[in-house]
Amino acid sequence: MALFQISEPGEAPAPHAWKRAVGIDLGTTNSLVATVRHGLAVVLPDEEGRPLVPSIVRYAEDGVSTGYAAMAKQAVDPQNTIVSVKRLMGRGLSDLDDDRRFPYRFVDAPGMVRIATRKGVKSPVEISADLLRALRERAEAALGGPIDGAVVTVPAYFDEAQRQATKDAGKLAGLPVMRLLNEPTAAAIAYGLDNAAEGVYAVYDLGGGTFDISILRLSKGVFEVLATNGDSALGGDDFDHRVFCWVIEAAKLPPLSPADARLLLVKSREAKENLSDHDDAPILATLSDGFTVNVVLTRATFTSITANLISKTMQPVKRALRDAQLAPSDIKGVVLVGGATRMPQVRRAVAELFGQPPLTNLNPDEVVALGAAVQANKLAGNRERNDDWLLLDVIPLSLGLETMGGLTEKIIPRNSTIPVARAQEFTTYKDGQTAMAIHVMQGERERVADCRSLGRFELHGIPPMVAGAARIRVTFEVDADGLLEVSAREQTTGVAANITVKPSYGLSDSEIAQMLKDSFAHAAEDVQARALAEVQVEADQIVDATRAALAVDGELVDDGERAAIDAALAHLARMRAGSDHLALRAAVEAVNRATEGFAERRMDRGVSRALTGKRIDTLAD
Amino acid sequence: MLDFSRNYFDLFGLPARYRIEGAALDAAYRKLQSEVHPDRFARGTDADRRMALQSSARVNEAYRALKDPVQRAQYLLSINGIDAVGETDTHLPLDFLERQLERREEAGEALAAGDERTLSSLRESVQGDAREIEDQLARELDAGANFASAKPHVRELTFLTKLAGDIGEMIASLDE
Repeated sequence: MALFQISEPGEAPAPHAWKRAVGIDLGTTNSLVATVRHGLAVVLPDEEGRPLVPSIVRYAEDGVSTGYAAMAKQAVDPQNTIVSVKRLMGRGLSDLDDDRRFPYRFVDAPGMVRIATRKGVKSPVEISADLLRALRERAEAALGGPIDGAVVTVPAYFDEAQRQATKDAGKLAGLPVMRLLNEPTAAAIAYGLDNAAEGVYAVYDLGGGTFDISILRLSKGVFEVLATNGDSALGGDDFDHRVFCWVIEAAKLPPLSPADARLLLVKSREAKENLSDHDDAPILATLSDGFTVNVVLTRATFTSITANLISKTMQPVKRALRDAQLAPSDIKGVVLVGGATRMPQVRRAVAELFGQPPLTNLNPDEVVALGAAVQANKLAGNRERNDDWLLLDVIPLSLGLETMGGLTEKIIPRNSTIPVARAQEFTTYKDGQTAMAIHVMQGERERVADCRSLGRFELHGIPPMVAGAARIRVTFEVDADGLLEVSAREQTTGVAANITVKPSYGLSDSEIAQMLKDSFAHAAEDVQARALAEVQVEADQIVDATRAALAVDGELVDDGERAAIDAALAHLARMRAGSDHLALRAAVEAVNRATEGFAERRMDRGVSRALTGKRIDTLAD
Repeated sequence: MLDFSRNYFDLFGLPARYRIEGAALDAAYRKLQSEVHPDRFARGTDADRRMALQSSARVNEAYRALKDPVQRAQYLLSINGIDAVGETDTHLPLDFLERQLERREEAGEALAAGDERTLSSLRESVQGDAREIEDQLARELDAGANFASAKPHVRELTFLTKLAGDIGEMIASLDE
C-alpha cells in the first residue's frame, strides 16, 4: 500500500477505523468467542442461540465437523472424535499420566503426541486449529468480515510448550493473534471492570482439564497479578473419570470397548452435573452387548470419591498465597471461574479456606471470553470509555539453565512480572574450550531431571582461552504472551557469537506454513473465500488510511486529484459490498494509483517532519 | 521513549536514597508502565513492539530492584561504584557467621522434628535482625553517604534475607 500515515504512537489512526476484535476462550470442554459491541462485551452465539461450542472435533469420511455436530457422534465414533484436546497441547506421550484413559490411537512423536484418525495423523495443534477456525468463522459471520485481531486465553499455569502450541494453533487457523492472555486474568478484567473492584482478589479457575489460582491486586485501573499457581492437568474431566471408575466398580463391568467407555463417560459427566442441583443422580446406559447399567450416585458418594481432587487444588492455592506473601484473610473476594466450580463441594472448600463465600454473581463459563474480548478490543485500538486500564501479568514457572552436575540455575523466578529480560554470565571450565552447550529448563525443582526441558542449543566460536576466562552472557527474554527467547554472546573478546532460539518443541514455522497450504488445498471455495477476506482487509485499510491522510494533509491535493481519489474510493466501496475478489483487488489498485502523487508529497512532508523531531508512523503494510 | 542510560531512581523520578516511599515508587512504576507497556503498541510496527518489550522489561527490572530492601541497597552501592556482592570479596565477621550457622542448624533440627512453631520464631528473629540492619543502612547511606562502610552491612542483610527465605521454605514444606 502506498500511503503513509502520520499519527501519535498508541493512538488509533482514525476514529472511524473500527477493528473487528475478538476474545477466544479455547477451553478443554467448551470454547467461546466474544466481542465488544457498543461498549459491552458479549458472547457470540450460534444460529440457535447457543453461546458455547463443545471443544470436540470429528474427522469423518465426509469432512471435519466441530462442536455440537461432533459431540453427537462421540459415542459412535470415539477414535475419530477428539475431545479434551487441550490436555494434549505441548505434551509428549510420556507426559500423559494415563494415556489409556483416552480411546485414541496415539502416535508418539518428538515434542508432541499425535493422534491417528481416518483423516490422517493429527497433532493437537491441528485439532485445536480446527476448533479455532470454527470460532473464527462464527465471529466473521457475526461481525461481517475478517477478524483484525484476536486474544486467545490460556491457563495461567500453562508452560512454554503449551503456550507456544496454542499460539501455533491460532496461526494455523488463520487468526491474527495479538496476545495470549491468562484465563484467570481475563476473568479478573471482566469482573473488575464490571464491579469497579479495588483490593486484592483471588481467582479460582477450575476448568474442564486445567486448574489455576491467581492472586491479583486491583488498584486505580491497574490489574497486577501478584502470584499464580495451578495444575495444568486437573479439571472437571478428572471428576467425570472418578464417577466413571465408580460406575465400573458398582456395576461390576468387564473391560469396555472405546464406544462403551465413551458412552459411560458421557453419562458420568451428566450425573456430575445433575448432582450440582440434586442429592442423587441415576446413571442409566445400555452397552453394545445389550447389558444395561443402572446405578444411582449420591452426592455424598460423589463428594467422597472426589475429595482428593479438591485437596489437589488447595495446595496450589496455599503456594500462591505464600508467594504473594498474603494470608487468606487478606483476600477481599474470591472469583470462581470454570464450569467445574458449580460443584457444591468445590464452593464449600473454597469458602472454608478463604473464610468467606466465593463471588458467584457472574457466569463461570463466559467470564474468561468476555475479559479476553475487552482486552482484544483495547489492543486492536478501538477506543471505549473506561479503557484506561493496565494489565501486569506474571510467568507461572521459573526459567533457568542446566549447570554442571545436572542442576538448574534459575535465571527468571516464577511470578516475575512480564515482559522481563534478564542475563547471567557463565564461563568455560576447560582450557581452550570453544563451544558451550546451553540447555534451557522450566520448573521449580533443583534437579534437571525434575524440570521440563525447553530446548538445547550450542554456542560456537568462543575464542580459545584459559578455563574461566571467557564471559558468556546468556539472556532470557519473556514477552507479554509469556513466551521465551534465549540468546547467548561471548563478552570479553568482542567476537560476537550470538544465537537466538525458539525452544525445540512444537512446530517449526515451515511446518506451519505447509499445514496452512494443505488446509487451503482441501477446498477450492476455501481458497476463494480466503482471497476475498484478505483483499477485503486490504480494502478497508486503504480506505481508512486514505481518509485519515486526507483529514491531516488534505491541502496537498488539488481539486482534480481530489475528485479522482473520491471516485476511486466510491468504486471501491461498491466492489467491497460484492464477493468478486478480483474486481475488489482491481479497485484497491485503482485507489493506490489515484493516491500515488499524494502519498509521495506526504512522504516528503513526513521526512521533513521527522527531521524536525516529529514522529512518523508508517501504516504501509 | 525510555532513556536506558538513566539509573533506576531517575527513571521513577525518585531521589537516590535507601529509604524510599513505597507508595511513590508504586505510583511512578504504574505511570511509567502504562506509557511503555507492549499492550499500548499491539498494532505498532515491529520496531515499536520491540522497543515496547525492551522498555517495559527495563521498567519491571528497575521496580524489582528498588522495591526489595536488599536489592535496593546493592543497587545504591553499585551506582556509587561499589560491588557489594562480588565473588572476590565475600568476607563476613566471624561472630555473625557463627550465629547464623547456629540458627541454620537449629532450623534443620526443627524441620526434622516437624516443629513449625520453632521455625516461625526463628524466622521472626532473623527478620528482626534484618530490619535493624536496614535502619543502620538508612543512617549510613542517606545521612552519611558513607557507601564504603555500608558494604559489609549490605552483605549481612543479603545473608539474613536468604536465611529467612530458606526457613520460610522449610515452613512451607511442613505445610504440604
